[in-house]
Amino acid sequence: MTLTPFVRHTGKCAALPRADVDTDQIVPKQFLKRVERTGFGPALFYDWRFRPDGSENPDFELNRPEAAGATILLAGANFGCGSSREHAVWALAEYGFRAIVAPSFADIFSANCCQNGLVAVRLPAAEIAELVRRCRGGGGGGEGGGGAYRLTVDLEQQRVDDGAGFSTKFSMEPYRREMLLRGLDEIGRTLLEEPRIAEFELSLRPSPPPR
Amino acid sequence: MTAPRTLFDKVWDAHVVHRFPEGPALLYVDLHLVHEVTSPQAFEGLRQAGRRVRRPERTVATVDHNVPTGDRSLPLDDPIAAKQLDALALNARAFGVELFDLASPRQGIVHVIGPELGLTQPGMVVVCGDSHTSTHGAFGAFALGIGTSEVEHVLATQCLVMSKPRTMEARFAGRRGPGVTAKDLILALIGRIGTAGAAGHVLEYTGEAIGALSMEERMTVCNMSIEAGARAGMIAPDETTFAYLEGRPRAPGHRDWGRAVLAWRQLPSDPGAAYDRRVDLDAAAVAPQVTWGTSPGMVTDITGYVPNPADFPTADERRAVERALAYMALTPGTPLEGLPIERVFVGSCTNARIEDLRAAAQVARGRRVAAGVRAMVVPGSQQVKAQGEREGLDRIFRAAGFEWRNAGCSLCLGMNADVLRRGERCASTSNRNFEGRQGAGGRTHLMSPAMAAAAAVAGRLVDVREWS
Repeated sequence: MTLTPFVRHTGKCAALPRADVDTDQIVPKQFLKRVERTGFGPALFYDWRFRPDGSENPDFELNRPEAAGATILLAGANFGCGSSREHAVWALAEYGFRAIVAPSFADIFSANCCQNGLVAVRLPAAEIAELVRRCRGGGGGGEGGGGAYRLTVDLEQQRVDDGAGFSTKFSMEPYRREMLLRGLDEIGRTLLEEPRIAEFELSLRPSPPPR
Repeated sequence: MTAPRTLFDKVWDAHVVHRFPEGPALLYVDLHLVHEVTSPQAFEGLRQAGRRVRRPERTVATVDHNVPTGDRSLPLDDPIAAKQLDALALNARAFGVELFDLASPRQGIVHVIGPELGLTQPGMVVVCGDSHTSTHGAFGAFALGIGTSEVEHVLATQCLVMSKPRTMEARFAGRRGPGVTAKDLILALIGRIGTAGAAGHVLEYTGEAIGALSMEERMTVCNMSIEAGARAGMIAPDETTFAYLEGRPRAPGHRDWGRAVLAWRQLPSDPGAAYDRRVDLDAAAVAPQVTWGTSPGMVTDITGYVPNPADFPTADERRAVERALAYMALTPGTPLEGLPIERVFVGSCTNARIEDLRAAAQVARGRRVAAGVRAMVVPGSQQVKAQGEREGLDRIFRAAGFEWRNAGCSLCLGMNADVLRRGERCASTSNRNFEGRQGAGGRTHLMSPAMAAAAAVAGRLVDVREWS
């Protein structure tokens, strides 16, 4: 699968500053029966977005008017913990998110993000708190303005900037950054090393589990 | 002389095919386990790119997540679930992968059947599109959950690209007390270090209390490594491991056994090997554990109380606890012992092996499930179910009013018809008490099989140590 490269993105922010948001919340299990990679956007945060009677829950952060059209999610620590379901990343991406900014991510979730061109930006908790404060204050500068708080995530420069005084560097594993910047197909890349894999397999013992 | 290495270092080093200049390694995968929920998109990806499964003989599939646990002679009444099962059958056939389907006497939860078949062996790298793959670390394998894109990557290349995680030793000194199980040890650890406490690390469980565990108990401990945020959990292989494996259908046969054991004996961490971090627990001080919140780290002794949000140090924690208590409908200061429950689930890849069922049956024997309580026993595999029936456990459970069902993930994640209704409170032997995990609006309390069985009989949470 070839991905759209991510170099930099400017977009509207939504804040969901809760710790330990698990992938069961991001996509509840009743939506995992699809055999496609698509169709998960409507399932995103389903049990939080909708009340038991199916109506929208106006108190949920993403349902507030100022969150409409957000492409950058400000989140809490250990975001994406729990189940390995990549459906969580597919749902976030299909809903429109291009980047998640949080103090920390669960390991499997951040690997899944990278495989789908969704940028997981790690910033210190104090900086996230400041971003959430600015986001909730609305406005902010940056292009667009108009009540929405906008951020630029620049993967090339590894910088997050709101054009209104908040600017900070972030770090990312070079391999992942490269994959995202170039929209690389990881399988294609690994298959370039096929002779090494074949050579390694020759050295294996004992032989594969018998049938 | 080479520097002393940990168990994890040894397994890692033996599987590095290549180091990419940017840092990560190309790691060879010995065993790839596949199930119906996280694989269809991966097989479809192969198909679209015209790729094959590189090593079908190292790939084994089963159905577990969304299978019904009731009558198997009936067709599935969920057409979308049926489509997913059909997709796996089709993919297994098309790509030459062995499948244990619903009709197979070997069908079961993927993390139960791998060890049961002897597929999981010390020193292996094992992956599966499921976070509880950490279970297999009980054998001294490096076993980790991966996403669907990585499933596709492993199918196509038999390798995984990853940066080497750090190591963390969790040392359990002393001996656990009566009524205290492997489940209590791991819950106590998660309560201590938190749900992200081992993030970025591979946990190695060591110490007297770990060495004393059976293989099945070790699997319970390693299973919940992911709930501590760890990339994987491992326990050094020893005589207990070898005795469990010997004679299993896919374990090395008689001719290769001696050589295999010789190699496995080299795996335990060398004396003086350095871990990046270490945490110490006194097993003797661990009491039966019960979760009170919506994250496995929200756990305390059965003799404890629902905490007060005001007692937590940070604003984030106070908010999280307030949310959890609102969801769980619990008031600070309430004793956990005596909390009424409506549902009981004995099952899941954490606690549905034969020893777990025996422990629950021992409590249930000659007793009755309390009025108004629905209690289910869902064996981890059809083999466990058959073994339970040979031992008469099914009769004990049924006589006590428990349902005795077919194997699958069932109420652990509620993808099939086995779900909690809104507001129901459940004593569960599973691994996650997340909001809605067992059904939207359902309230989960995690605990050991004996504790769950005792709760079923009492109709409320009880301390199994005072139960005989």
